[in-house]
Amino acid sequence: MSEQRTSTVGTLRRLWPYVRPVRGRIFLVIVAALTAMLCGLGIPLVTQRIVDGPIARGELASLPSLVLGVLALGCAEAGLFYTRRKLIARPSTQVEANMRAELYHQLQRLPIAFHDRWQSGQLLSRAVNDLNTVRRFVAFAAIFLVVNSLVLLIGLGVLFHLSPALGLVLLCCSLPLLVISYLFETKFKVVARKAQDQSGDLTTSVEESVLGIRVLKAFGRGPELTKRFREQAQELRGTELHKVRIFALLWATLIVLPELAVAGQLAVGSVGIADGTTSVGTLVAAITVSAYLRWPTDSIGWLLAETNQAASACERYWEVMDEPRTVVGPSNPEPLARPVRGHVRFEGVRFAHPSAEGEILRGVDLDVRPGETIALVGATGSGKTTLTALVPRLADVTGGRITVDGVDVRDLDLAELRRVVGTAFEEPVLFSASVTENIALGSPDVGEADVRQALRVARAEDFVEALPWGLATRIGEQGLSLSGGQRQRLALARAVVGRPAVLVLDDPLSALDVHTEAEVEAALRRVLHDVTALVVAHRPSTVQLADRVALLDDGRIAAVGTHEQLLATNAEYRRLLSTVEDMTEEEVAAR
Amino acid sequence: MSTEDEGWRGVAAEEFEDVDHATGVKLRARSRRLLGSLLRPRLRPSLLALAIVVTENLVVLAGPLLIAGAIDRGVPAALEGRPGVLAWCVGGYAVTAMAATVLRYSFVRLTGRIGQDLLLDLRERIFRHAQRLSIGFHESYTSGKVISRMTSDVDSLQDLLEMGLDGFLTSLLSIVGITTVLLWLDVPLAAITLAGFIPLILLVRWFQRRSARAYRGTRGAIAKIIVQFVETMNGMRAVQAFRRESRNENIMDGLNNRFRDANTDALSVMATFTALVRVIGNVSLAVVLAVGALRVAGGTLEIGVLAAFTLYLRRFYDPFDEIAMFTNSYSSATAALEKISGLLEEQPSVPEPTRPTPLRHAHGEVRFHGVEFGYRADSPLVLPKFDLHVPAGRTVALVGATGAGKSTLAKLVARFYDPTAGSVRLDGVDLREVADEDLRRAVVMVTQENFLFDGSVADNIALGKPSATRAEIEAAAAEIGAHEFIAALPHGYDTDVRKRGGRLSAGQRQMVAFARAFLADPAVLVLDEATSSLDVPTEHAVQAALETVLADRTAFIIAHRLSTVLIADRVLVVDAGLIVEDGSPEELIGDGGRFADLHSAWQDSLA
Repeated sequence: MSEQRTSTVGTLRRLWPYVRPVRGRIFLVIVAALTAMLCGLGIPLVTQRIVDGPIARGELASLPSLVLGVLALGCAEAGLFYTRRKLIARPSTQVEANMRAELYHQLQRLPIAFHDRWQSGQLLSRAVNDLNTVRRFVAFAAIFLVVNSLVLLIGLGVLFHLSPALGLVLLCCSLPLLVISYLFETKFKVVARKAQDQSGDLTTSVEESVLGIRVLKAFGRGPELTKRFREQAQELRGTELHKVRIFALLWATLIVLPELAVAGQLAVGSVGIADGTTSVGTLVAAITVSAYLRWPTDSIGWLLAETNQAASACERYWEVMDEPRTVVGPSNPEPLARPVRGHVRFEGVRFAHPSAEGEILRGVDLDVRPGETIALVGATGSGKTTLTALVPRLADVTGGRITVDGVDVRDLDLAELRRVVGTAFEEPVLFSASVTENIALGSPDVGEADVRQALRVARAEDFVEALPWGLATRIGEQGLSLSGGQRQRLALARAVVGRPAVLVLDDPLSALDVHTEAEVEAALRRVLHDVTALVVAHRPSTVQLADRVALLDDGRIAAVGTHEQLLATNAEYRRLLSTVEDMTEEEVAAR
Repeated sequence: MSTEDEGWRGVAAEEFEDVDHATGVKLRARSRRLLGSLLRPRLRPSLLALAIVVTENLVVLAGPLLIAGAIDRGVPAALEGRPGVLAWCVGGYAVTAMAATVLRYSFVRLTGRIGQDLLLDLRERIFRHAQRLSIGFHESYTSGKVISRMTSDVDSLQDLLEMGLDGFLTSLLSIVGITTVLLWLDVPLAAITLAGFIPLILLVRWFQRRSARAYRGTRGAIAKIIVQFVETMNGMRAVQAFRRESRNENIMDGLNNRFRDANTDALSVMATFTALVRVIGNVSLAVVLAVGALRVAGGTLEIGVLAAFTLYLRRFYDPFDEIAMFTNSYSSATAALEKISGLLEEQPSVPEPTRPTPLRHAHGEVRFHGVEFGYRADSPLVLPKFDLHVPAGRTVALVGATGAGKSTLAKLVARFYDPTAGSVRLDGVDLREVADEDLRRAVVMVTQENFLFDGSVADNIALGKPSATRAEIEAAAAEIGAHEFIAALPHGYDTDVRKRGGRLSAGQRQMVAFARAFLADPAVLVLDEATSSLDVPTEHAVQAALETVLADRTAFIIAHRLSTVLIADRVLVVDAGLIVEDGSPEELIGDGGRFADLHSAWQDSLA
């Protein structure tokens, strides 16, 4: 369909790299489909000849070979059918699988900022819905768009050969196809895109309703959410019905065109017969051919619909694929000198969220000496978590730099950096996998002994051993659920398992009860002894782990010193860390 | 630890994936029932659609007759100077074409509407049902699977409705019509043709079974992809920080290949089926041709009848392609409906009472009466039998080691679970007899996981009370000291929190969750580790707020920070599901038991 706007063609052309490896097969499929169609045209013609010829003349002797001929043609047709479907099965599903694998690959490399911005339902609907549409397009629509256009052209050629006048009638009736296709593309594609986006929003709602089920239950907000979901689903229904309206109009028009052609041919042909320029036989043949062209013409409707949906599905796919991977390793990474000492320096580090005005960090200077543990203290929302995320490059600084052993983290190989820097988040994420897998995370250089050692350090060995299948027990969402404290200890084990030189721990003790906290603290003290560590702390007890404390205030490091020094000299620090002490002592005294 | 042997997944009680014959029959019956229940309310428009498509087919059938008339009679008449007949025929043909167009247009719109209504109905049903199912169900069924039920499974039904139905109806009509014509033309030849039905029926049955299996495979595989995808996206920070990308890609490749193979399998089955249908059609054509020729030679059949018969025979087998396509979509949809109907048949283990005892304004008196609880019948009890009475307005703190059963006890108050024995009563009414609406107004639970929904800060606080005005929302936030930070956000209360509250820090998310609970203004408030991420001044502000807010309501507080525990009137020390100490904080400190130890350990940690 050459009249498609370049945008559609342009979008679909980008499919080529995925289709290229299977282009040979697709060519064969097109040949098979075309030949099968010609067989379909041939069989009745041959049958007719046999009936009118040998059978009518009673020549039974030649009959067996003729019948066998029909049978052979029939089997060839069936074989071509089989070939076409069989040949396209694997390439189409392979294209889908490859595209999904690449999408997944890309998503895992896009920065966290991207993931914060994009609704996960929109990503999921791209990975499932849209690629499903692309598969269907590759398996059917793309093939038949070619085959049917060819059949139409061949049919037109035959007609012109029979009678230019009758051919002209069909051509005239086919011309509106081009206009319709253009109009259709401009209108239908917009609506198809809207439907896909709304379907993505619906997926987001579904995902949130399931992941947030505890909150929804706790507040009994199921009915309200269902109502909102219903409204969204109704919007989608409205868009789909709009699509149906456009499609119905297109289809109705496509049906009427060949019929009008036949009626026109009848009229023109009769005039020709009256003139003596056309024979009755020619007219019959022309009408037969036109009738045969009905399916290829009719089907253009859904082929165009499929093509446009595939184009907008691709558009959605490319949107994600075209997102820049802003956090990437350099092409020529600088090596870290061995052994890694773990000297971390923040030099004038600034950070602003991509869309937010105003910086969260406004020039952080901090020197964490090798082997030293620094506690990072600051008010809620002061940017402590952001600062820790900058070290393993979950986000990049917007100004200044962070160095490890004197090398800017952005000049290090990304995997190397993340191996050197071990992290534990405040909200520990567990994957649906065995305990071992959750600790080792598939790293080839971590053995079971290392995993056990890490569990011991995090004081998690006992409870893990007590699980039904020990270290092999599946945990995470699809397995056994663990308490907050248990999860946090596993996250800690995960952070220390690779013996990283630098540890970044975001409030690693927040969900532990007092006794466990004391145990983990003791373990941590051992771990922290010989690594460099940056520990976000909310509690005096966590601060006790550190050699020095840095106070983050107003986007800068306001003070550095020991806990006692800061308590004595810094009012903000006192406010942050000593109030509870004072208050509870008063309270305890009062009670 | 290769990804092939799936050892990395770890061991867990698995659901069965292979379906034996009897189960397959049961599953199909179940999905048919669901389809029936979806179609029943749309019976009238469906019948109308059927009538339209029948009429359209009849109108289309008239076309060839008119052409024949035009050529056989109209043209000769026109040549003799009487163009009337030809004009009538051509005009009539144009009219049938227009009529067919109008009918097709209304058919497409009508079936489009029926299909969309049906999808809306199904989506809402699953969504509503999933919301009704208990936490226990969600914890074992997993989010990814529920999501795939509501998304990709519904989509495959949509495919059926969009692509298959109309071709199927037209094909069936055409088969019935042509069979009639064949029988009318010549009974013995028609008998030969109909004999082809025997292998055809066997083939269709094989195809149904085989494609049902193939599509069950695709549904299972895509659900696994969705599960993996959702888990990766929600744990992206951990994925990147721990370099799990390539491991994940191996896993995804495995799942992706399974889906690809399942789909390839389904398409191959389809290839075999359509090809064999063609073979049957063409063989019966050859047989009819041979037998017909003999009979023409024997003089028992007219040549014209044979000619017509072969022409119709060809058209007879054409629709079987459409039917194969339909059966294909149908198999895919049925496999999806099997899964969906399975979800819909789950009964909430914490069901709403059919005749609830009204509880408009709860006072908040909570009583555990001979309560026992275990998560599963075959696992040991988490809470052995106990009694507990909390008068209205009291603040009770639960203290104990991780896994002692504090959270479980709290969940029983919020009726996330029902006790295995005994009853939990609110104002003397068994929670099982309280309507959900009343219960949720009376009891609100705030947990450590502060799920934030897509939307603004205000939206997320308003979740506590959807009818709240902006002033009420701000007041709730101000009361717990969250107003300041919210006001400092770029758009204040209208700031988009981003996915899962990514824009806010953990402590800020917790404050929003708190504001939500305060806004809800329940008689009983359950706080499970709800302040763990707050910094000290903020926590203090929350505590101060708690002391005023909790003055006139019942509260259960789980906190490992003793500063929070100390605001309670009463402390329960829980160990291995048993309440081992019970008293006011001062009493317990004075008694020198576990709580006293805990308290002194904590004081040491402050020093």
